[in-house]
Amino acid sequence: MSDVVEKTLTAIPSLLLLDSQPGAGKLSLTSKLGSLIRNITELTSKHEEEKLIKKELSAIREQASSPNTTLRQMKEIMVRAIYCEMLGYEASFSYIHAIKLAQQGSVLEKRVGYLAVSLFLNESHDLLLLLVNTVLKDLQSTNLIEVCMALTVASQIFPKDMIPAVLPLVEDKLTHSKEIIRRKAVLALYKFYLIAPNQVQHIHDKFRKALCDKDPGVMTASLHIYLQMIKENPGGFKDLTGSFITILRQVVGGKLPIDFNYHSVPAPWLQIQLLRVLALLGKDDPSASEIMYDVLDESLRRAEMNHNITYAILYECVRTVYTISPNSDLLEKAAQCIGKFVLSPKINLKYLGLKALTYVVQQDANLALQHQMTIIECLDHPDPIIRRETLELLYRITNAQNVTIIVEKMLDFLRQSKDEYTTIDLVGKVAELAEKYPFLTSLFSETNHQMFVYDRTFLNYKNSQFVLRKSEQSFDNEDEDRQLRLYAVDSYLSLLEQDNVHFPQRFLQVMSWVLGEYSYLKSETGYEVVLKKLARLLDQSSVTPETKSWIMAAITKLSSGTTCTETASAVALKYSTSLDTVLRQCAFELRHLTEDRDLMSQVLPLDASCEDLEVDTSLSFLDGFVSEALASGAAPYKPHHQRQEELSQEKALNYEPYSLSLPLSLSSCSITGRQSPSGLSLSSGLSGNSAEMAQKGSSSTLKLEGVRKVWGKEGYLPQKEAPEESTLKALSKPTRTPAQSPSMEGTTPQECRINEATPEQDQERQQLASSLFVGLGSHNSLCLVSGPSKALILELKRFSLASETEGSEPISYSSCADVERYVKKTKGNANEQSPLGLSFLLTAAGTCRIEELQIGFMKRMFCEVRCAHVYKSSSHHFPLLVPQSVEIFQTDVVMEEPCAQAPLTGTVSYHTEPGRSWELQFSVALVLSDFIRPLKVSTEEYGKLWLSCTHDVKQNLKLLSDQINSLVTPLNALKQKLQIHVVDIIGEEGIVACQLVPSTPCLLHCRVHAGMLVVWLRSPSPYLPDCMIYQCQKAIQES
Amino acid sequence: MKQEKMIKAILVFNNHGKPRLIRFYQYFPEDMQQQIIRETFHLVSKRDDNVCNFLEGGSLIGGSDYKLIYRHYATLYFVFCVDSSESELGILDLIQVFVETLDKCFENVCELDLIFHMDKVHYILQEVVMGGMVLETNMNEIVAQVENQTRLEKSEGGLSAAPARAVSAVKNMNLPEIPRNINIGDINIKVPNLSPF
Repeated sequence: MSDVVEKTLTAIPSLLLLDSQPGAGKLSLTSKLGSLIRNITELTSKHEEEKLIKKELSAIREQASSPNTTLRQMKEIMVRAIYCEMLGYEASFSYIHAIKLAQQGSVLEKRVGYLAVSLFLNESHDLLLLLVNTVLKDLQSTNLIEVCMALTVASQIFPKDMIPAVLPLVEDKLTHSKEIIRRKAVLALYKFYLIAPNQVQHIHDKFRKALCDKDPGVMTASLHIYLQMIKENPGGFKDLTGSFITILRQVVGGKLPIDFNYHSVPAPWLQIQLLRVLALLGKDDPSASEIMYDVLDESLRRAEMNHNITYAILYECVRTVYTISPNSDLLEKAAQCIGKFVLSPKINLKYLGLKALTYVVQQDANLALQHQMTIIECLDHPDPIIRRETLELLYRITNAQNVTIIVEKMLDFLRQSKDEYTTIDLVGKVAELAEKYPFLTSLFSETNHQMFVYDRTFLNYKNSQFVLRKSEQSFDNEDEDRQLRLYAVDSYLSLLEQDNVHFPQRFLQVMSWVLGEYSYLKSETGYEVVLKKLARLLDQSSVTPETKSWIMAAITKLSSGTTCTETASAVALKYSTSLDTVLRQCAFELRHLTEDRDLMSQVLPLDASCEDLEVDTSLSFLDGFVSEALASGAAPYKPHHQRQEELSQEKALNYEPYSLSLPLSLSSCSITGRQSPSGLSLSSGLSGNSAEMAQKGSSSTLKLEGVRKVWGKEGYLPQKEAPEESTLKALSKPTRTPAQSPSMEGTTPQECRINEATPEQDQERQQLASSLFVGLGSHNSLCLVSGPSKALILELKRFSLASETEGSEPISYSSCADVERYVKKTKGNANEQSPLGLSFLLTAAGTCRIEELQIGFMKRMFCEVRCAHVYKSSSHHFPLLVPQSVEIFQTDVVMEEPCAQAPLTGTVSYHTEPGRSWELQFSVALVLSDFIRPLKVSTEEYGKLWLSCTHDVKQNLKLLSDQINSLVTPLNALKQKLQIHVVDIIGEEGIVACQLVPSTPCLLHCRVHAGMLVVWLRSPSPYLPDCMIYQCQKAIQES
Repeated sequence: MKQEKMIKAILVFNNHGKPRLIRFYQYFPEDMQQQIIRETFHLVSKRDDNVCNFLEGGSLIGGSDYKLIYRHYATLYFVFCVDSSESELGILDLIQVFVETLDKCFENVCELDLIFHMDKVHYILQEVVMGGMVLETNMNEIVAQVENQTRLEKSEGGLSAAPARAVSAVKNMNLPEIPRNINIGDINIKVPNLSPF
């Protein structure tokens, strides 16, 4: 902690010493913000504050809407509005002014405007659309500060739909000469990647450039993107492993400029980020892990200074070491590190040590054994967070022998805990353990108090019916069942007696349900008493509306069983004016039911909670009502998606510039056009005009000029065509033989911490320890059971030994060059709906016979493979391979989620002789067009299909100069390149259909206008149109 | 949308729970925001200074996926709400960087600076964390960026304060030529510093 800061902050005893603070006071004494703040600090009650702020807000509103207010004054007003919003008072009237300020102001005013916008609005706020033009303009500004502001706001809040509009501009910034701009652009793109991954697919190459940027700051920023992408698809970035390692090695080695040092540690945050990336890459990948060992070792070694931030690096290192494929040397060092953390007197480090232990304990239970005394101490730590983390750790090491005592510890903690979140979390764990170890049940039902705890264990379950049914299953006996319920009612009632007890909402919900259903069992109490209690609960302000409706339901249920319903009708009356609609609905139901006893007994029979209800989901009983309403002129019901569609049409965004005078009729025409593509000529003519006019008058529609470029060349720069047959440097290596691990020797001696505890305490702890850690290691301390990770190491050692000796065996596969691999994409017959076939050509170098061959694919985010294929010699007759003979294997691939590019990686593994297996890695770049097949439909079918598609995209594609005047040429290009089916050409419009195998149709409507191909795509899949438009652009540009 | 924000919210409040800087990187409705601030204050304020600086799962801000990392400086609490994968110690030092930067920019920062120059604090924060992601951790760089903007502020303040400009123009008349490097395309705009007084 900075001493300077500490001192200065302590030096200010209160807010009111304004005069003693020359720096802060000067401006504020005169400004309106200053007086506002001063007034607020003088207030004593929340109520007064509310009054003052209300007054302030109305003053702000008046000033803001006055035409005489200058932008400069507006800037000041905006800061006041921000202040009010921070205190929790809505100033929604100022939002529009904030946008205006960002639009019109000079740099400084703009800055306040942008800040206010990013604080006030959220991504889906309608007003944000008004900001888009401003951002576009500022992105193109020559003033770097304006560009920075625009990038910042784009990364903070930007409407998803408008991303295509700014994307090319932001992309351009990646090559900007200023480092700060590039850095901010990278982060803005990362944000776009998060909210709309499909939109930025085509710029992955540019991300790579950012990673290789000469400025380390830009590289650091790009790691955000890589961390995320690797998390989603570790297989796709294995080729970068080496680069990340190199970067880390350079950072650790102090190759960065000294500016990047923090407390003389080189770029610690960058190191943390890199270690994380490596952990993801090395997970389940021995070959990638192997090349990391050196640099990890160096990181561990270098980070030995005693500063907070070096511990941060160490901790990350430890996590990485335990995540990647294990290395005994590193594991030992990491274990030592964890030890240091756990034993550290610094509480933050102790916490992290426990966390690290929790993380590794499943791999290496010995580590927990080593620190058992510390763990016991932590159970009694004054900090509840430490205690909780300890319990979490214990939870991970539960076994049949120690579970009882661990659960007891958890229950102890629960009794003290008041935090709802912790309670629910822990209770869930207890419940889980209770399910796993049924013998625990006796523990819960011993005393009333523990019964209460047991009830709390139910909170974890989503609804109470489920819980009680579960209890029914466990107690077959009707009597016992009844007893349990009675017991529950009893304990709940006694709980309700207590005042000022805060129960979690879930618990209250269960409680009211049980009371509603089973209070009849407790005849002596009488309904009225229960009702009163529930009614009182209802009035509590801490009860959420959701819970209130549960309580209301209970009251309704209860009132059905009694004639005296004074309380019930009072409740009904009171809540029939409630502001909460659900609650009001319940109140009305209650009132009607109490008036109609017959109906009530029919609707709410006694003790029928577990009987199945038949629900008429078609709502057929409403048919009469509906036809009546229709007859009297009501609008017919539209299903949700239809309404949604109409709504989105109204809101649909027009990427084209507005024409000089937007014809009013246009909007209505375009709506009819959307519904039927075949009746399009009218609307297209009109909208065509508008586009033309807009183009002519584009100089006067200044604010939108940025928009026009969206789908220009910059937006969709054609990417380098991935080579059709790509072969990676595949590694050929025998997979591990099953472990025959001799038991691990060399268990580290147990570290027992000596502390100041009295002998009795110590003994107690020892006892506790022995009961907690029982079953973790075998009783013989010399021969502890080794965790699976240790077994792995041994295998690895064996493997390295084995490969040496095997080199001399007759069938030699000493290097990977023996078998040449080709992966070929073969498109099925274009007329069929066949999936993409992948053929694997294995060319043998020596003589051998393959016994079994398996093709496996890395699980991909976008591209799913139907299954891994296995070829066995029993079903597939493998010939004896002589040198240079070629064997072909085929498998099919389909794309499940549309995406423009889908690199696919996987392995081909095969056995030659029993016990000898080999693995080859391959990776092949697939593009969307590989999966596109023509869809043969008639014009009518097309029309029907068009209406049923819910997602659409409309874009203008630039045509090459020789294509400009005809529709046929670009359509032919599309047909050739993309294998689409031209359904019909009606006048100047062409309708085209294709599908993504197996069965996702995509319909295109094309029209040539002013040198552009206006394409309108529709598909049931939300992503397909976006990806298709990219393919179309590519196809046209290549033709 | 993917929920992968590194930093979900940054809250600064004083010992009485009065908000001093509130920045949410994920959308919450206004009343929810206030509730989060209250709950966070409630959680943080009851902790002693000799316990750890990490807290897991306020129920409001996202339960088990999020944690609070905070530091207490005299009258102020700086709380970062981050997702569970974030490095605790890394964030803890990031808070330190942020506060030290404030200290540099305000020359001995105090609570009052945060109140009266709320906007400036936001600008500084924007240079450290952008859209929930850590943008810069190098204190000198952050200060340089903020100073670039401040310089602009001063120059513009001078321009609009016409009388003051006149005065300084007169003052400058007899001075040797001041190098004017008004290059709009460069972030380092070196307009002579026309301070109003």
